[in-house]
Amino acid sequence: MVEPHKEACVGMEREKLESLLEQLLAEAKSQGATAAEADVSLVTGLSVNVRKGEVETVEHNKDRGLGVTVYVGQRKGSASTSDFSTQAIKETVTAACGIAKYTTSDPYAGLADAALMAYNYEDLDLNHPWPLSAEQGIELGIACEAAAFAVDKRIANTEGASVSSHQGARIYGNSHGFIGSYDTTRHSLSCSVIAQEGDDMQRDYWYSSSREPNALESAADVGRKSGERAIKRLGGRRINTGKMPVVFATEVASSLISHFISAIRGDALYRKTTFLLDSLDEAIFPSFMTISEHPHIKRGLSSAPFDGEGVRTQTRDIVSEGVVRSYVLSSYASRRLGMETTGNSGGVRNLTVSSGSKDLAGLLSEMDTGFLVTELMGQGVNQTTGDYSRGAAGFWVEGGVIQYPVEEITIAGNLRDMYQGIQAVGSDVDFRRNIRTGSILIKEMMIAGT
Amino acid sequence: MSDTFDIAKEILLTPAGLTEAALQGVLGNILTHNVDSADIYFQTTRHESWVLEDGIIKEGSYSLDRGVGIRAMAGEKTGFAYADQIDLDSLNQAATTARAIAPHGHSAHVQTLSSSSQHSLYAHRDPILGMSENNKIDLLRQIDAEARKQDPRVTQVIVSLSGVFDVVMVAASDGALAADVRPLVRLNVSVVVEHEGRRETGYTGGGGRYDYEYFTEQGRGLGYGKEAVRLALVNLDAQAAPAGSMTVVLGAGWPGVLLHEAIGHGLEGDFNRKQTSAFSGRVGERVASDQCTVVDDGTLSNRRGSLNVDDEGTPTQHTVLIENGILKGYMQDKLNGRLMGAGSTGNGRRESYAHLPMPRMTNTYMLAGKYDPQEIISSVDKGIYAVNFGGGQVDITSGKFVFSASEAYLIENGKVTHPVKGATLIGNGPDVLTRVKMVGNDLAMDEGVGTCGKEGQSVPVGVGQPTLRVDDLTVGGTA
Repeated sequence: MVEPHKEACVGMEREKLESLLEQLLAEAKSQGATAAEADVSLVTGLSVNVRKGEVETVEHNKDRGLGVTVYVGQRKGSASTSDFSTQAIKETVTAACGIAKYTTSDPYAGLADAALMAYNYEDLDLNHPWPLSAEQGIELGIACEAAAFAVDKRIANTEGASVSSHQGARIYGNSHGFIGSYDTTRHSLSCSVIAQEGDDMQRDYWYSSSREPNALESAADVGRKSGERAIKRLGGRRINTGKMPVVFATEVASSLISHFISAIRGDALYRKTTFLLDSLDEAIFPSFMTISEHPHIKRGLSSAPFDGEGVRTQTRDIVSEGVVRSYVLSSYASRRLGMETTGNSGGVRNLTVSSGSKDLAGLLSEMDTGFLVTELMGQGVNQTTGDYSRGAAGFWVEGGVIQYPVEEITIAGNLRDMYQGIQAVGSDVDFRRNIRTGSILIKEMMIAGT
Repeated sequence: MSDTFDIAKEILLTPAGLTEAALQGVLGNILTHNVDSADIYFQTTRHESWVLEDGIIKEGSYSLDRGVGIRAMAGEKTGFAYADQIDLDSLNQAATTARAIAPHGHSAHVQTLSSSSQHSLYAHRDPILGMSENNKIDLLRQIDAEARKQDPRVTQVIVSLSGVFDVVMVAASDGALAADVRPLVRLNVSVVVEHEGRRETGYTGGGGRYDYEYFTEQGRGLGYGKEAVRLALVNLDAQAAPAGSMTVVLGAGWPGVLLHEAIGHGLEGDFNRKQTSAFSGRVGERVASDQCTVVDDGTLSNRRGSLNVDDEGTPTQHTVLIENGILKGYMQDKLNGRLMGAGSTGNGRRESYAHLPMPRMTNTYMLAGKYDPQEIISSVDKGIYAVNFGGGQVDITSGKFVFSASEAYLIENGKVTHPVKGATLIGNGPDVLTRVKMVGNDLAMDEGVGTCGKEGQSVPVGVGQPTLRVDDLTVGGTA
């Protein structure tokens, strides 16, 4: 791995961007806004794709944007642009104010309370630049793909390996006088290969992603895992239709928890488009489960000192002893519901599901006979009713041991029953995701196959 | 020179003082490296949206994005850079970055840029300016009122209106010089109904390359309001869907998402050049019943997936993918077409100047067959009649695809009986169409709501089909 040099290129840019944001807020005030908020973002970086040992694409990324929301009394208007000229800033504010002439006065509209702003916040150590050159990226990609090909001679084809490094700055400010900003980096390495045996072709992939280049998995490991995963899928078949226990492997288990988070979000609650309406203080999960949010994890991929409205983010339990303790709210939703914002404008950050003591093998052993799902396909989730029906691939398990790969089946149930039916959460946490959970064993779901 | 070209030039080149000679110079500059071809893509996009919720105009937003992307290609290699300013300095800087994909040298010459005649599939008016703000808001309010008066069980209505005015120009080293002015409007209605403690949502919408008047004509917008309520009420009454392999009758129109997932993606040129698709190397083989002819057509007037030229400056076309069950060919962009020894089929598309083009679908549909839709339903003893869908997804390598029904009914003894809850259907792309037993005579296109995602890039698309009977499709219900 290449040694990172600490560089302050985005850091220097950030001061300029902060003054741009101040200009934006001042312009909003002068055009008659009674309150305003704005954000500015900048991302630069490099993405390299390699296929069959040769570079395929080298992309130089440079994206920027600014957005402003104005409030004229309780009427709201928003506008955004990628043009940072003084003229464009004026026009963007004019567009937002123009819209606010036509929107209706909404008693719940407005900024979050001034007292909740993150006026002081700690450095979450999110900025670790990697001066990756195209040549270095290509070299890493080639090594990654070579490791996948080395797994088995049935790794016959590839979609390629990708290496990317991006550095960005985020600045948010509003007319309370709050301005917050920080720099972030994100680096990743991924590989997607195809195993082939006769007419059977199976693709699978692996990736590593981190704030720090040195914390990435090695190219050899990423390549090898992608190859092993593709090989394991060869010879996939369907299984019979019927009810059975299901283990969601860690790489798909986070989706189950994300459906829960979507269902306790403020907008779903005030629109009544959730199967978890009025679920506060209700035991939605078994009593051994805790789900908590940790926005301040150092170097965390989803860490942030303040949310999309400048509100201080907080470490807290959303579920403890299986009971819903808190919803996921922005200030708008909190005013609609007569509650306090939870600092979740823009979503949850580093959500953590409490782990049990068993690893995946332990969970399979506890399940004994059933289906291990490692890939899900399609949307198939009705948030209003909790009805769940998705395409799946994975493995048939008997006596706690994987027997053969399974494909072209669906798994279905209702999320309420599925949450109640959680029997264990594994210790095998996938830390690459915003929702950190081990594999999850569910007592029973309906499988549709042959 | 067409009007379209002049409009695009006025918006994209004139403010920066750029001339065609300057573009020719930038391309020449890229070709001082050992690249086969290069192109420059200019774009300005204006977008607005209005949202009505709780009976009030709650939100409105406007955005302006502008930039230029430069691509240099050498064999299978591509160098790509872009800038969000349109001026000669930014162009030269991006050109220098992109051409670094190949060493200094000379392998091709820039052809003289010239524009040729092209389709005129939609008006080049800016929809955002085409209707007053008061009229846009009135439209939303009328739809809200229409939806609420349908049924006392309606508790929530959200109506959103959005308009895009996208102006693009492509200049390529092969001499292609083309522009497109692309309006796109969309209207969505979502409702919540509640009865005896049970709640359901209904969601519908439509649009295309029109101005907003499209929604006031023939009561279309009001129609979406009624339709959303109807869908929600059907689902309020739905029972659990069956699980397992069974005969499925798919309705006409939007259920064509089946073709997009099961067939379309697998026939995109990049996957077939790389031989990663379950359809790789199968041209000339039978992949569907002889009743099936499937096309991709970017030349349909005013449709959401239509383009006058694709994002590489190639005029769109009517491309036959499957003819009477036999696989005929793939959808190509310039790069993959060249590498496979075929031409572009006008399917080179990109989300924006900041994204690389690749082969993408436009409007993908199956031609009409001979059966009356009623005859098709009558032919089924026991099965599912699925008429509305959410999205779908495909694994192009294994060929497995899913699509999720949002309005479906049981068929019992040749009759449509009870509504069933939404369920995901799963199948295998290369053989699902071989099990098409009957093709209806009622070809319909969707209402204009499709967005396709591929490798992180979203583009608007269309789908369509007649009523189809497919045997042995797996239905992911719970009963």
